[in-house]
Amino acid sequence: MDVIKTLQEDERKDLLRMVTAGSVDDGKSTLIGRLLYESKGIYEDQLASVVAASARVGSTGGDLDLALVTDGLRAEREQGITIDVAYRYFSTPKRKFIIADTPGHEQYTRNMATGASTASLVIILIDAANGVVVQSKRHAFIASLLGIPHVVVAINKMDLVDYSQETYDAICQEFTDFAAKLEIRDLTFIPVSALEGDNVVDSSERMPWYKGSSLLNHLETVHIASDRNLIDLRFPVQYVLRPDRTFRGYLGTVASGTIKPGDDIMILPKGVKSRIKTVFGSDGELAEAFPPMAVGVTLDEEIDISRGDTIVHVNNVPRVDREFDAMVVWMAEEPMTPDKQYIIKHATRMTPGSISDLRFRVDVNTLHRSQADSLALNEIGRCVVSLTRPIAHDPYTRNRETGSFIIIDRLTNSTVGAGMILDRDPNKLSISTKKQARGPKSQNVHSHASLITPEQRSERMGHKPATIWLTGLPGAGKSTIAYELERKLFDAGANCFVLDGENARMGFSKDLGFSADDRSENLRRAAEVAKVVNDAGMICICAFVSPYQTTRDQAREILGPDRCMEVYLSAPVDVCRQRDTEMYALADSGKISEFSGVTAPYETPQTADLTVPTHQIDLEESTERIIALLRAKGVIG
Amino acid sequence: MSSYNITHLKQLEAESIHIIREVVAECDRPVMMYSMGKDSAVMVHLALKAFAPGKLPFPLLHVDTTFKFPEMIEFRDKFAKDIGAELIVHKNTEALERIGPAENWTCTMCADMLKREALVTALQAGGFDAAFGGARRDEEKSRAKERIFSFRDEFMQWDPKNQRPELWSIYNTRHAKGESFRVFPLSNWTELDIWHYIHVENIPIVPLYYAKKRPVIKRDGMLLIAGDLNHPAEGEEVVEMSVRFRTLGCQLCSGATESTATTIEEIIAETTTARNSERENRAVDKDREGSMEEKKKDGYF
Repeated sequence: MDVIKTLQEDERKDLLRMVTAGSVDDGKSTLIGRLLYESKGIYEDQLASVVAASARVGSTGGDLDLALVTDGLRAEREQGITIDVAYRYFSTPKRKFIIADTPGHEQYTRNMATGASTASLVIILIDAANGVVVQSKRHAFIASLLGIPHVVVAINKMDLVDYSQETYDAICQEFTDFAAKLEIRDLTFIPVSALEGDNVVDSSERMPWYKGSSLLNHLETVHIASDRNLIDLRFPVQYVLRPDRTFRGYLGTVASGTIKPGDDIMILPKGVKSRIKTVFGSDGELAEAFPPMAVGVTLDEEIDISRGDTIVHVNNVPRVDREFDAMVVWMAEEPMTPDKQYIIKHATRMTPGSISDLRFRVDVNTLHRSQADSLALNEIGRCVVSLTRPIAHDPYTRNRETGSFIIIDRLTNSTVGAGMILDRDPNKLSISTKKQARGPKSQNVHSHASLITPEQRSERMGHKPATIWLTGLPGAGKSTIAYELERKLFDAGANCFVLDGENARMGFSKDLGFSADDRSENLRRAAEVAKVVNDAGMICICAFVSPYQTTRDQAREILGPDRCMEVYLSAPVDVCRQRDTEMYALADSGKISEFSGVTAPYETPQTADLTVPTHQIDLEESTERIIALLRAKGVIG
Repeated sequence: MSSYNITHLKQLEAESIHIIREVVAECDRPVMMYSMGKDSAVMVHLALKAFAPGKLPFPLLHVDTTFKFPEMIEFRDKFAKDIGAELIVHKNTEALERIGPAENWTCTMCADMLKREALVTALQAGGFDAAFGGARRDEEKSRAKERIFSFRDEFMQWDPKNQRPELWSIYNTRHAKGESFRVFPLSNWTELDIWHYIHVENIPIVPLYYAKKRPVIKRDGMLLIAGDLNHPAEGEEVVEMSVRFRTLGCQLCSGATESTATTIEEIIAETTTARNSERENRAVDKDREGSMEEKKKDGYF
């Protein structure tokens, strides 16, 4: 054989990634087995082990059971079903294929979403004898949700319905009616028999009424080149390369658009402008780069860029915002909790954030929308995502790479959800129940500048303004320390004031309850009040459990990092429990819900300015340490 | 193809480079497994490309059973020196001393103690939180389900029922202290892709991959190379045959294939017509059905 020629031909092939979806008995594994078998994608020794396994556990009465080619793991063989996403590879003279084989049964929606996320084409299998079932609809919905451009419906087991055109037509009609409610760009129907091989590789003589291509022929010819976005440059910086002092390159994969030397660009979210000097690939400098190339760029002038930033063209800028709407697929046993703090990984950036609102849940089988408080495993809903920092993003339908994100649990580090950003501005939708306005609601508010400078105030007060933010479990000693500290500072001539949970709840937060949303709002208000106290030149002492790092970060942001001192009272839960047996008993019995340290998490501060072990030292020593901190920071003399 | 298309090899290359960069950007202390095999050769080549013009930002780790072919060791040392990489060689000296010379070892024992156990110790000793491996999903059935980022608990165990969903090209690299990842940047490559890429990129490989007249012992349907470690048993004879290796392992368990392929082109010609998978000559996979899966749960690569 002429190897060089073969290689050149092989090199010209493109790559089609696809996913298969079907119910347990639709014959999906058999279909893939046949595609691999007929395209010589199975090696002889692997075939031999399939033959052996067919005789032992096969469902074809000892005949070659092609389904066993793809059923990989032992656990699955025992159950007779596929339980996870498996990837298969085969190639024909025209194309290379990667198949993500995903199970079809109820509890594994997340697997199909996983396989679908990288696919350009989906094969949805329908058993001709059963017609369109609930799961077929679910598969079509997920395919459309994950934005798979090409949908092929393979109506299988035509041999069982005597290759009837009527049956085929009826199924096509029913599916088309359902698909009309979805966003599906390209829909194709093919009648096949995976078991007998009809219309899989070669056109079947038993269905002369079908004039279309065989499945394989369709897979080889479907047009995928224009599926990519070559318009909007999005280059998420993955790694900053500094091999020596003279060279600074920004590495990354081109998510969309094209990039070339001389391009005027902007770095987001910062908004700084620059120009591309060179684009370099693995084989040296390039005239231009486009998706999905993994390259590097250098800039005309040195500016501060870090991993997670996105390079775009100055005249084509995506949305930069900390809040957006998205469709979220929940993937964990533990349900999604609104306002719980998660990590959102989007492109190359991890950002803390939460689902601040669940607008509705979608029934994947009927597309019916309903109100819900939470999303359980395999449920899908439309959510408002609120991050602690803005990110540059696009709608998923426009850009898969910058329109997608995963949700990570902060404690277990598992991937608990996946989201697709929608093309809507959350503020323009009236359904939002969010109380917390991020910016001023009224657009026409401007602040007046005071005629007294902060320096003049400090001089009058004899100290600088600051907020001591005491955080710790209930019973750690926050209020006790706060008031003792206030007394001591006052006696020393300082002007100070305590804000604690009690006086906040009796005053500026008396309209709030104890939901996660309300708690977070309570702390935001406390931080704002503390800021006013500071602006007046005084020292403010805040005593709040404030269990989440993100809320503490938010307080620090409101107050300004120079004025905010986070002090962590580190008494462990068993010590706190002994100090306040009554409260903890109520929490244990469930009479108080969401009690930090018992039924809700307390995130140990990672960036506290001071940790006070109140289980080891007494009140006197504790307050002295905080006063020492204030001296060290130059707040008091 | 229009100008904005790249070949499937370049697509695979880009995907692998993206994965390697992601690990280096987000993990504290990555290491790259290096076995001198063709997949390793491609993986290191991709890593060098990923950080060019910079240097390899992590060490290479070879878990040495001490039963490798001398050509492999020679190749390893020269290669690491040529590319200026830090090379860590780890051996399970305790087990080697306890059990003694090659004839006392079986394949299963070797895989368990000199590979799996040694690997776990080496990774723990180095404090590595991410280890790149050259495994491909087309190699073996249980690997078809492996994630690209395969999470391991603090005992380095793999739980096939509890893998993190992996969507788009967003990888979740978060882990607690002591937990780690095995990362497989070549997951989507096939055997032919590897050879094709070696050909296109001129990547140096161990000479054992090329056919040559070698002294061979036929045993249990396998062709073993006669040498320091393999001696003919009673009734066996050593014959000169033109053979090469499709995969490299230990002298004790790597079977050669009859071949006359002395160039990459000829190897590719053989591969494209071959009807046997490359792991067929590896005794370790065949112990019983589902064997690799069992080994992987315990931390085998």
